[in-house]
Amino acid sequence: MKKLFVPITVLAALMFAYAPFMILNAPYESTMGLVQKIFYFHAACGMAMFAAAFVSGIGSAAFLFGRKPSADRMAVAGAELTSIIGLIVLVTGPLWARKAWGVWWQWDARLTSTLVMWMIFNAYLLLRRYGGPGSDRLAAAVALFGMANVPFVYWSVNVWRTLHPKTSVIPSLQPGMRGPFWFCVAAFLLLFTVLLALRTELEKRRQQLDELYLAVEGD
Amino acid sequence: MNRVISKSGNRAIADSADKPAELDRPITGVPDSPITRFIRDVWLVCRKDLLIEARTREILYTTIFFAVACVLVFAFGFVREGRPVQDAAAGILWISIAFSGTLALGRAFERERQGETLRALLIAPIERPALYLGKLLGILILLAAVEALVVPLVALMFQAALFDHAALMLGLLIAGTVGFAAVGTLFAAMLVRARSRDVMLPVLLYPITVPVIIAGVRGTAALLMPEADEPMARAWLSMLVFFDVVFLTLALWTFEPVMTE
Amino acid sequence: MKLRILALTLLLAAAPAYANQQAPAKPPTAAAQDGFVPVDAPLSAKDTIPAPRLVAIAYGFIWVVVFGYVVSVRLRLSKVEREMETVTRRIGAGGRSA
Repeated sequence: MKKLFVPITVLAALMFAYAPFMILNAPYESTMGLVQKIFYFHAACGMAMFAAAFVSGIGSAAFLFGRKPSADRMAVAGAELTSIIGLIVLVTGPLWARKAWGVWWQWDARLTSTLVMWMIFNAYLLLRRYGGPGSDRLAAAVALFGMANVPFVYWSVNVWRTLHPKTSVIPSLQPGMRGPFWFCVAAFLLLFTVLLALRTELEKRRQQLDELYLAVEGD
Repeated sequence: MNRVISKSGNRAIADSADKPAELDRPITGVPDSPITRFIRDVWLVCRKDLLIEARTREILYTTIFFAVACVLVFAFGFVREGRPVQDAAAGILWISIAFSGTLALGRAFERERQGETLRALLIAPIERPALYLGKLLGILILLAAVEALVVPLVALMFQAALFDHAALMLGLLIAGTVGFAAVGTLFAAMLVRARSRDVMLPVLLYPITVPVIIAGVRGTAALLMPEADEPMARAWLSMLVFFDVVFLTLALWTFEPVMTE
Repeated sequence: MKLRILALTLLLAAAPAYANQQAPAKPPTAAAQDGFVPVDAPLSAKDTIPAPRLVAIAYGFIWVVVFGYVVSVRLRLSKVEREMETVTRRIGAGGRSA
């Protein structure tokens, strides 16, 4: 696994750097013009955010019911990445919306539920930081509730009448847009894997440090 | 099983823990089914909380007062030109329930922490889900008492026709309170031994229960419109029930591993 | 017991979800209560903010956040490693058995 880290990082970085060129060459959307190009990164980040939430939720379940510390590390990393990628989604979305809808924000189902899910994972991070001992298991329960939100966020846009584009936009993409989009999705998912690996490594070192401290104090 | 005697009167649990044989063989001589035992354990836990509360009525009175104060504060915030802002009554009602509910949850479990009775409950021979449900039932009864006062108050202050569709309104209130309390009981219980627990409870509770609040508010608002939109209210009610089931399932599932050291 | 509870609650969850499906999309009502209602036809959309600036800010923000996060993780990692070194040295220097 560790041997793959460098090649995947390089690949992700290259894809990330190349993506704007692909996006520039993609066709313009008829009603929104240039600003629609935010879609390629915004929607790809959305998918990465769901992936991060799932990683955190599944890791939390494995930690709660299996007591594996490695699962807890994944849960923390996943939650932090949900927060970071969620921030990207929640900033790039309104930047696009300002032009496309005329408003920065709208309390429709998709935006509200995404914001709520983001807040849940921020609460997770706050609990881990300030909750004191035992907060790892408590936070795991929070992450499970956060993960339960993901299907709700995804389907909210199909069930309710919202300004946000529906999920049917993706399968019906034009050929010219399909290529750059899926390229960006792959790039972001690779990037997500790299960041996840990095963050779990940090968490592992922290746990090792804690064990060292215990060893010192134990004498 | 040791007799666990504490100041807060956990004697109900302690006594039954002391005589497990009799619990297993009631008068009829037929052993209880697991379900009967489960329901009885739930009731024992709930009854303990209600007995303690009935003695001092501390949480009840302070929560009611706080809910009324909330309504007052929002009343000054949202009433414009002497007329209630449309939808304000629904929102104010549910915000007051949420805020006072959070306080009640915190106080209820703080009492457990102070008496150090949580450990007693955890080592009592009752299943963890029964403990959770017993606590939840106690909180629900408390909140029902609070809402019985706050709902008419809001109706009065905002000239809101909250009683015109009483059945639906009651359904919304019950479903919404259950959803809120289900998550709240889990988190309040698990935060008892955590640091910064006072601020952590709202921090964790509100994002997760926002969907419940939204559904409650929209359902109530649908009923308060000039021509009440009953199908809409029913749709929001079924959403609330859906949330309740999901939250209860998650809470029951995670209560045991989270509370076990 | 738990499996039974889980199965029962899943069944209960399916019921309102199914019932909800039967109601078709609600027509817009006077006070606009159906679902999370979006604003109809935002009219103030004739923006003065040019689109290229928005796109540039969006992409710029993404790059800044991603690289900022990588830097943050790296910084925290090196801090932890420095601490580990210090503690390991303390253990070694103390001569006590860990």
